[in-house]
Amino acid sequence: MNFKTVAKACVVSLLVSGPTWALAQNQINMAKGVTEVGAQIYGLHMLIFWICAVIGVAVFAVMFYSIIYHRKSRGVTPAQFHDSTQVEIIWTIIPFLILIGMAVPATSTLLEVYNTDDAEIDILITGYQWKWKYEYLDEQGDNVVFFSNLATSQEEIYNTDAKGANYLLSVDEPMVIPVDTKVRFLVTANDVIHSWWVPELAVKRDAIPGFINEAWTKVPTEGVYRGQCTELCGAYHGFMPIEVHAVSREEYDAWLAAKRSEKVAQTAAAQQALGFEELMASGEAVYRAQCSACHGAQGEGGVGNAIAGSAIALGEVAKHLEVGIKGVAGTAMQAFGGQLSDVDMAAVITYQRNAFGNNTGDIVQPADVVNHKQG
Amino acid sequence: MGAHHGPAKGMSRWLLTTNHKDIGTMYLWFSFAMFILGGAFAMVIRAELFQPGMQLVEPGFFNQMTTLHGLVMVFGAIMPSFVGLANWMIPMMIGAPDMALPRMNNWSFWILPPSFLMLASTLFMEGGAPAFGWTFYAPLSTTYAPPSVTFFIFAIHILGVSSIMGSINIIATVMNMRAPGMSYMKMPLFVWTWLITAFLLVAVMPVLAGAVTMMLMDIHFGTSFFSAAGGGDPVLFQHVFWFFGHPEVYIIILPAFGVVSQIIPAFSRKPLFGYASMVYATASIALLSFIVWAHHMYTVGMPVAGELFFMYATMLIAVPTGVKVFNWITTMWRGALSFETPMLFCLGFLVLFTLGGFTGLMLSIAPADFQYHDTYFVVAHFHYVMVAGAVFSMTAAVYYWIPKWTGRMYSESMGRIHFWVSFIGFNIAFFPQHFVGLAGMPRRIPDYSLQFADFNMMSSIGAFIYGASQLLFLYNVIVTIVAGEKVGEDKIWDGAEGLEWTVPCPAPYHTFEVPPKIDAVSAHA
Ligand code: HEC
Ligand code: HEM
Ligand SMILES: [Cu+2]
Ligand SMILES: [Cu+2]
Repeated sequence: MNFKTVAKACVVSLLVSGPTWALAQNQINMAKGVTEVGAQIYGLHMLIFWICAVIGVAVFAVMFYSIIYHRKSRGVTPAQFHDSTQVEIIWTIIPFLILIGMAVPATSTLLEVYNTDDAEIDILITGYQWKWKYEYLDEQGDNVVFFSNLATSQEEIYNTDAKGANYLLSVDEPMVIPVDTKVRFLVTANDVIHSWWVPELAVKRDAIPGFINEAWTKVPTEGVYRGQCTELCGAYHGFMPIEVHAVSREEYDAWLAAKRSEKVAQTAAAQQALGFEELMASGEAVYRAQCSACHGAQGEGGVGNAIAGSAIALGEVAKHLEVGIKGVAGTAMQAFGGQLSDVDMAAVITYQRNAFGNNTGDIVQPADVVNHKQG
Repeated sequence: MGAHHGPAKGMSRWLLTTNHKDIGTMYLWFSFAMFILGGAFAMVIRAELFQPGMQLVEPGFFNQMTTLHGLVMVFGAIMPSFVGLANWMIPMMIGAPDMALPRMNNWSFWILPPSFLMLASTLFMEGGAPAFGWTFYAPLSTTYAPPSVTFFIFAIHILGVSSIMGSINIIATVMNMRAPGMSYMKMPLFVWTWLITAFLLVAVMPVLAGAVTMMLMDIHFGTSFFSAAGGGDPVLFQHVFWFFGHPEVYIIILPAFGVVSQIIPAFSRKPLFGYASMVYATASIALLSFIVWAHHMYTVGMPVAGELFFMYATMLIAVPTGVKVFNWITTMWRGALSFETPMLFCLGFLVLFTLGGFTGLMLSIAPADFQYHDTYFVVAHFHYVMVAGAVFSMTAAVYYWIPKWTGRMYSESMGRIHFWVSFIGFNIAFFPQHFVGLAGMPRRIPDYSLQFADFNMMSSIGAFIYGASQLLFLYNVIVTIVAGEKVGEDKIWDGAEGLEWTVPCPAPYHTFEVPPKIDAVSAHA
């Protein structure tokens, strides 16, 4: 970190209004927002800001005038006036009128935010500890579902690797939406309350278990928009970012089609037997992305218990699969059965049984996972 | 007790005392201890946030720190400090010999330390301390909570009982113990603001108790008040919590308003501009505070009609709040101002609280709040109102009345140093939080993306300065008590008004055993 910039900023901020110009490379104001609603909200924000600024300048001017000119050390004799109904009425009515002026545009923007009618695409967003699930709802029932996890590595977080440009703000699989299309978000949660926020889209909605909240956006320009969970949801609340890619309609359609064929391919892959090396390699990748935050990079444990030497990882395969697929109710160990493909589940279980000194030699195939799920 | 009866000796003086001054002193020291403890938690938070990446603590422990910091500061530091001040000052201000219910007074203090001991002990329990934020939203605080949550619930119950007893005592004292001639509209504003605060407390602490009891039932007795899986409603928790929580923020600030309304006229050597309108403004703030709670919940998905109602009501609160600020400034206008430490802290309050009021007004605009909510902008807002509001005014009160309490004068130069270091540290710590909040940094996160790094480092530096300045405060107070210059006259500040300045310094153990005569003109300051 640059101490010099910081020191400079400290000095300037003493002037209270000063920091606005300091640290020019740092964003200090609300995102303007790429959407129409975003721009309206930004406008409201600036309007109320300037109203406050003007009132503030007036109030502080009077105050500092008093502080400078009405001081005892200047030998003034204090006036003794007090109480004036007229003055009291004036300074009650004027703010009241300003507030009415403010309430009008605020109301119309709010109504706009709430208007989720006529959306072309519906996406069900579900908050999990600590990732998002996106489900593109399809009238034919051919939904596309995937999870979106933090892509930043533990090494970056724990300062052993250099931090990348989108540190803590990039995911393995972003949400993709087409531009110029009204997209409706149906927001809910699986465990605790989360909140789905993308500042540039000006969308923030709490994801509450048992409720489905609605929000919408219509993005005019292609681009990558990033956000974060904004409701405290447990230990890794700071590590469940959001990444939205707004793309052209064609690109979106192609992406959706690819996702659908991926789904078909995965079902097919689940029928095939894989080699040990292959399972271990993809198992390691899945482990690092999905499990290491709680079970430790070396299987040493953390929020979850140690995998190295774990009785379950060294015991029966069925028991291990059970924990992986169904989770452990009432703990942070969630049911990964619906989150990982059968191939990934097989790989990560194989990996856990053979890494960190757990040399069971067991190979778990995707077919075993499918069978286990079917009971 | 007879008129010549002094304090008992040794520990039993403090354990068994029913004297309002002793109890006030204990409250003040206890709250200062909690202020230091809560401050230590804050230092851990700011040290971890000094740089991006995880350096000092694990994310789970970080959440325990933010949770305990909030709980300890709100319930352990700010609230008891004002109760302590009420104990000391209200009987002296209304010409009463003591509080109306002195034995209950002893009890309402002495259940506090065990309650906070229990809360702090959760840090050493299996699964750690509560980590769900001071707002403890279900189901994070129920189904997903560490086992220590049960102790947290018990602690909240006890401190709620303490608050209720304390406020009943204040209400009983103000209603029954005023000296003859001390009519309601002659009471000092500090007494008025506390009377109204006490009613707020009696109204909302049971609601908080209800919320934690429902949690207890959900956790241990199979109910599903807040669990959607069992047919309950997690949002219900937020409604119940904020029905307590919003009035709670006014419980914190109204006594502070009272303090400032005593001190500004004293150092302006001019009566408060609009005494009656200040009383009405306080009462209307208190009433409005019951119908604005859901402005903390704009993003939960309320129906739009509800959203609009809470937005309009919240905006309305700015009007009486503005009346207060205008009144203080008009009081200073054409006075003869001097700037001793209590006045400096009041001016600090005035400037910074007004900024906090402005951000409050911005937050009240529901659509804009979609962008502000749960970001550092909110953190900045409430630190401007709670630290620069409540804590600054409490500090002003200590400097203002300490000669009355101890019979000794604090060192003016040390007081001024304390003020300037606090003021500067505070602003370096919290002003940049407006920027990172607007730029998109969520609150309650242990690590952040790189664009927030510079301002966070600055904020941490400011926090360390502000933290250190509190040690200066402790030093000043101790030096005053043991070595401060003895004061001779009853009235320390030439512009001060009120009955407390008619008794000697230090105030004798028993005051106003014979009710004073109320001078019709100068009764209220
Ligand atoms: C959010 C944190 C978290 C994540 C992520 C997580 N686990 Fe767990 N896991 C836990 C916890 C907590 C337990 C202990 C549950 C209990 O109390 O029995 C656990 C237990 C287990 C166990 C049993 C170990 C034993 O010896 O009892 C296995 C196996 C396991 N997890 C596998 C996985 C796999 C595979 C993944 C990744 C796909 C994963 N976990 C991801 C938190 C997590
Ligand atoms: C002009 C008066 C005020 C207005 C209009 C106002 C408005 C608001 C609003 C709308 C929020 C919710 C923001 C959000 O979470 O998105 C908020 C938060 C908060 N306010 Fe104020 N406020 C005012 C004064 C105060 C005062 C006097 C205090 C306390 C001394 C206070 C303490 C708080 C606290 C503690 C929070 C955050 C609670 C949390 O989420 O942890 N506010 N305020
Ligand atoms: Cu979260
Ligand atoms: Cu509020």
